[in-house]
Amino acid sequence: MAKIIVMTSGKGGVGKTTSSAAFGTGLALRGFKTIVIDFDVGLRNLDLIMGCERRVVFDFINVINGEANLNQALIKDKRVDNLYILPTSQTRDKDALTKAGVEKVLDELRRDFDYIICDSPAGIEKGALMALYFADCAIVVTNPEVSSVRDSDRILGVLASRSRRAELSLDPVEEHLLLTRYDPDRVEKGEMLRVDDVLDILAIPLLGVIPESQAVLRASNVGMPVVLDEKSNAGQAYLDAVARFLGEPVEHRFVKPEKKGILQRWLGRTA
Amino acid sequence: MSIFRFFLSSPQKTTAEHAKERLQIVLAHERADRSSPDYLPLLQKELLSVIAKYVQIDEKKVEVKLDRGGDCSMLEVNIELPSPDARRKAAAKAANS
Repeated sequence: MAKIIVMTSGKGGVGKTTSSAAFGTGLALRGFKTIVIDFDVGLRNLDLIMGCERRVVFDFINVINGEANLNQALIKDKRVDNLYILPTSQTRDKDALTKAGVEKVLDELRRDFDYIICDSPAGIEKGALMALYFADCAIVVTNPEVSSVRDSDRILGVLASRSRRAELSLDPVEEHLLLTRYDPDRVEKGEMLRVDDVLDILAIPLLGVIPESQAVLRASNVGMPVVLDEKSNAGQAYLDAVARFLGEPVEHRFVKPEKKGILQRWLGRTA
Repeated sequence: MSIFRFFLSSPQKTTAEHAKERLQIVLAHERADRSSPDYLPLLQKELLSVIAKYVQIDEKKVEVKLDRGGDCSMLEVNIELPSPDARRKAAAKAANS
C-alpha cells in the first residue's frame, strides 16, 4: 500500500516542482517504486523539470475522464528505475479535477507503488485542495522569507481542517518542513531568517534545508532532477532529506557558511 | 559622538529579526481567526429575533464583537434600544397602519 505525499507550500515559486522531482527521484534511487503526479492543471511543468516533455501523450485528466487508461498515461523515467511520472493537462483547468476522479486514480496507483508524490499547484484553491486531500504526509516547501512562511502557515491550517484525514477524524496528516533556497551567508549577515526562526514559527519537524544553489537552474535547464547532479550541494541536501524521511538519522549540512579559501574570497566566487 | 553611540545604544535589529517579529505577530492573529467561530453572523441573527419578540429594535443598531485576550475571549453584544418616546411613536404608527 503506497504512502501518499503532497508537496505543498501555498506560495508559488518556492520550489515545489523542483522538490517533487528531486524527492521522487531520491526515493526511486533507494529502490522504492515511486510516482510523481502533476496537479497543476493548465500549467504543466513537472514534465519539463523531469525531462520527459516530449513523451507526454495522455495525461492525468484523460485518465480521470476515462479517455485513456493509467498505463497509457504513465511515463517511465529513462534514467532511474522505479520512477514514473503522471503529467497533467496543459489545456484543461482545475475544475477537471474531481474528488471521485482523483480518488479512483490514486486507488489504482496505490496497489502498485510504494510512494505517490502529489506535486501541488500554488494557492489554496481546487487544484491545491485536490493535491492535499488524500495525503498521508505533507512536505511543506518554504523559503526563508516572510510571505512564504506566512503562506506555509496557512497551508498547514488547510491540511489540519480540509484534508481527508481531518474530515474523517483519522490520524492527522504527517507534516514535514523542507526549507529551500537557504543562503547561510545572508543568514550570517542577519539578512535572512534562520532555520531555527522558521522552525519556531511553523513548529513542524524539519526534513531538510536545501541551500540556494546554481545547480538547481542548471538541472532544470536540461530536465534533470537535481539529485542526479551528485556533486551539487542542493542534490546532496535532497538526498539527505530523503534519508531522513526514511527514518535515518542524518545531520543537517549546508546550514553554515562555507569556509572560503583566500583565493575564493578574492575572486568573490559563490559555489 | 559616534563612539558614545557605539557603546551606549543597543545594537540595531537586523532585517531578519524584524522579519521574525512581524511574522510572529501577524500569524498570532491569523491563527486566532482561523480557529475563530464562524457562528457569529448566525448568532447575531438569532439573538436579534429573540429580542425583537419583546422590544422593537433597529437591526442597524446592533454590534457584535469578539475580543480575544490572553486566556479568555469576550463576546460583546451591543443593542441600542429605542427611547420610550420613539417606542410610543412606533407603536402608534403600527396601530394606524
